[in-house]
Amino acid sequence: MSSERGCDAGPERLGHATYGLSWEEPLLFERSRPGRVGYSIPEADVPVTEPESVFEPGFLRDDLPALPELSEVDVVRHFTRISTWNAAVDLGLYPLGSCTMKYNPKINEWAARLPGFARSHPLQPADTAQGALELCWRLEQALAEISGMDRVSLQPAAGAQGELAGIMMVRAYHEHRGDERNIVLVPDSAHGTNPASAALNDYRVVTIPSGRDGILHPEAVAKAMTSDVAALMVTNPNTLGLFETHIAEICDIVHAHGGLVYGDGANLNALLGIARPGDLGIDVMHFNLHKTFSTPHGGGGPGAGPVGVKNILAPYLPVPMVRKRGGSEGEGFALDYEFPRSIGRLHANFGNVGMFVRAWAYLRSLGPEGLRLCAEMAVLNANYLLARLRGAWHVPIDKPVMHECVLSDKDLEPFGVTTLDVAKRLIDYGYHPPTVYFPLIVHGAIMIEPTESESLEGLDRFADAMLAIAEEARTDPEHVRSAPHRTRLARLDETRAARRPVLRWQPES
Amino acid sequence: MADYEIPAELHYTREDEWCRLEGNRVVIGVTDYAQQQLGDIVFVELPAVGTTIERGEPFGVIESVKAVSDLYAPVTGEVVEVNADLGDRPEQVNEDCYGDGWMIAVAVSDGSDLSEHLDAASYRRHVEERGQE
Amino acid sequence: MSRPSPRYIPHTEDDVRLMLAAIGVADLDELFASVPEKLRLGRDLVVPQVASEQEVAAELAALAARNVNAGTHEWFLGAGTYSHYAPTAIDALISRAEFTTAYTPYQPEISQGTLQTIFEWQTMMCGLTGLEVSNASLYDGASATAEAVLMAMRLARRRKIVVANGLHPHYGEVLESYVRALDVAIVAAPRAADGRTAPVDELVDDETACVVVQQPSFLGSVQDLAAIGAAARAHGALFVVVVNEALSLGLLRAPGDLGADIVCGEAQSFGVPMSFGGPALGFLATRERHVRQMPGRLCGETVDSRGKRGFVLTLSTREQHIRREKATSNICTNQGLCLLIATVYLSLLGRVGLAKLARLNFAKAEYMKQQIQQTPGLGLPLAAPTFNEFVVSVPDAPAALARALDAGIVGGLDLAPYAPELGSSLLVCATELATRDAIDRLIKVLAGRTS
Repeated sequence: MSSERGCDAGPERLGHATYGLSWEEPLLFERSRPGRVGYSIPEADVPVTEPESVFEPGFLRDDLPALPELSEVDVVRHFTRISTWNAAVDLGLYPLGSCTMKYNPKINEWAARLPGFARSHPLQPADTAQGALELCWRLEQALAEISGMDRVSLQPAAGAQGELAGIMMVRAYHEHRGDERNIVLVPDSAHGTNPASAALNDYRVVTIPSGRDGILHPEAVAKAMTSDVAALMVTNPNTLGLFETHIAEICDIVHAHGGLVYGDGANLNALLGIARPGDLGIDVMHFNLHKTFSTPHGGGGPGAGPVGVKNILAPYLPVPMVRKRGGSEGEGFALDYEFPRSIGRLHANFGNVGMFVRAWAYLRSLGPEGLRLCAEMAVLNANYLLARLRGAWHVPIDKPVMHECVLSDKDLEPFGVTTLDVAKRLIDYGYHPPTVYFPLIVHGAIMIEPTESESLEGLDRFADAMLAIAEEARTDPEHVRSAPHRTRLARLDETRAARRPVLRWQPES
Repeated sequence: MADYEIPAELHYTREDEWCRLEGNRVVIGVTDYAQQQLGDIVFVELPAVGTTIERGEPFGVIESVKAVSDLYAPVTGEVVEVNADLGDRPEQVNEDCYGDGWMIAVAVSDGSDLSEHLDAASYRRHVEERGQE
Repeated sequence: MSRPSPRYIPHTEDDVRLMLAAIGVADLDELFASVPEKLRLGRDLVVPQVASEQEVAAELAALAARNVNAGTHEWFLGAGTYSHYAPTAIDALISRAEFTTAYTPYQPEISQGTLQTIFEWQTMMCGLTGLEVSNASLYDGASATAEAVLMAMRLARRRKIVVANGLHPHYGEVLESYVRALDVAIVAAPRAADGRTAPVDELVDDETACVVVQQPSFLGSVQDLAAIGAAARAHGALFVVVVNEALSLGLLRAPGDLGADIVCGEAQSFGVPMSFGGPALGFLATRERHVRQMPGRLCGETVDSRGKRGFVLTLSTREQHIRREKATSNICTNQGLCLLIATVYLSLLGRVGLAKLARLNFAKAEYMKQQIQQTPGLGLPLAAPTFNEFVVSVPDAPAALARALDAGIVGGLDLAPYAPELGSSLLVCATELATRDAIDRLIKVLAGRTS
């Protein structure tokens, strides 16, 4: 073995990261120079009325807004430079568990920018927007078919909002039946938004323990299931990357007591074309278009979180929905507000239509076989990584996985190396770290989701890096604990940021 | 197991607060175990002087970078003093949780007997039990 | 029928064979052994068959071509989504893969591009709103308004809210959806004859958590924020100002300077495409002392272990901050790329450009209003000053809009479903994209004269 430390041995070990141009760049306000101009605004072609002649005193700004003054060159250089500070899917593997950081196809971007979509308005008459409405309708149909649901609302703007909508519909359903229920069951492996959505709807959360094999067992659900339980929330595959094998029996138990089952669709990528949540007993679920359906993550958004339901919950869907016209109405598509028991509106308009265009282009580019191939290759990739990493890393629940696998830092404890250290050291090897410290039921969890976008050699490079770090933890733990070493910034002081928050730039006084 | 400081002369709650009788007031804070579990404290929300707190009910919030926790009242009474330093230096809770990291002082009104709470030995057992989970 | 598109999925048959062997299974089917046979779909999904890239492009182009849009028609429809010119540099910058294909910046050392942008946006929104702290955006103006109200209720520990007439109707509906499960009383303040909100003093009391007013109102009227703020303050209620047309902040006095405790709304006007209503860009700003009750992500400045400046997401405990009180938030996201669009837009325009553009919008709308006043058959029923949007009374609004469409103009919003008490009228918006010629033609068409 080389006497030099791990990835420092040379660029060929670096997952394609290199040394080279590395930029510094101040804040826009620090670049600002009075008189610099980045705008190009036409002169008025109408006689100009000065606002001062129309408004009473005190209604208008008496100064210019506090924005910087920059040339277009300044602005372009600024953002181009700081963009180079980001890791991104287009640069390399981004193995965040349950985030499905798959490749974002460029035709999606082209389609969303077509003026017929980008320059259309939510309140223009339906007859002038038939292309957009048809796309929404077709996407709804496709999502319903993929998930085994009956109706889908595209309105929620993100997964968390889709989840909120789903639980709001559960509440409306029980209220309409005059059936007061106060509890929602949530597995101990659930994502934090699950109990939050329940609490927002005034439900008390009861946690169900997973079995030693990492999945839910009917006995545990039966024990907690009463006629006071409104719903069980499940993620399938769950956050350990395991298929909930007992899901059908579990749904039966919940239904037998008059409850509903909510499915968190974050991990849908593993099921595409293989199994459908609706067929497993799920009554309502949300989709993440920015995960399963390839719309880009954009540094934190925008996403889209459509919510799908079985017919029993359809009356409660958010309005409006898109409907196909029929009979005397003629051809085409219209907006449907006829949902008297609807939970109402969650978005100012229809939702993130720009993301629907991207998702539709994606679906059309895959077809049924392509979708199934996503699931198969995603699952193949996760299991391959597990096979390569198993010896050197502690695997808390060692069984075949679906699209993601979970390791822990248990074997590194004697050397004082934690999951956080491993994550920072992976950055030195040119990787964005996997999800860390989630799910909470695994100590020091490292959740790896390669997605189907990653090639065999890409997986091998990543596995090599993980194996190298496991070795480094034993032979040179201090180097791992003080990582990252090769980034522009070392570890950032998050405590200071929280204790003495500085949340905007201010000029020195 | 990590070493937790648990002074012998204080009383403790199962929610990891300590309390100390000083004349007719009770001084309250969180234990060394609590501050280690929470990590770097970034914010402490405390009631105003004059507020009445109820035994067993939350009276404030303590935040670290990654976690939030309610603070539970070990006694019933009126808050007579609040540690104003914690506004600027919440890290005092990490540095000296039994001294400069004290949080509130309460004039007790329910005649409560602090001996109803855990003594140092019982609290240490409570901490050890949780460490084994 | 072509094979499934392999260009997004790299595996060759050789790759698959090698990997199966390494895993120790005979075939792909074995990998799904944990999925019980009886739960499997067992058939192909019934979705449209795969299409080649050029076929996908043709299909999407055909769907797009069936939409009237601001590229094919002159555009006078606003009502919460605005047609403004977006400088071309914006798209070039946001198309950079490092921005588009990055994730939420949870690992700050390798996400400084995203984080610094958020910090810059937060700073700019503070400047525009006149407040001290802004979050990293919310889904849209409607959810921002709902979140602002929930925040005000948490801060005031009260359950009654006064909503001034003039809140975008859809925002009002979303607000109702959010508070439905909670025990909240919503009191509506009526509209005065001039279009502004009637004085709210009688409606605010010691049970009021907040007074919510949109500036300018849905019908375009510029409200007297100082007066409404005073009424709120008199009873210890918070003053929430909602902004739909963010460009108005380039001309009108910052709501924070007029007593607003929370300013929230929609920043789509800052270069974000209309895109049939989404994605959008909600924003929320407040006073520093309220920061711990603020929903949404926050980016803060800090240093690294070598003392170098950097940025991190901070105060993140608010996001899962589940208190015993009912009103909490599960919104813990931001609009990422849309925020970047707006930040680039605002840096290109700058302090001089934004003010100039706002004045140009005002001038266009004022010109149009003056022409309308001189046109028989048309009228301006609301007397209060406006920014770039206002109400026009016109005989037979639907017919007028139809004539406009025939003339290649989307003339505005028929107000019959929203404000029937105004009689036959339209909500019309004139931005910097409205040429004098288009304005003149629209007025002729609305008045019933062929152009």
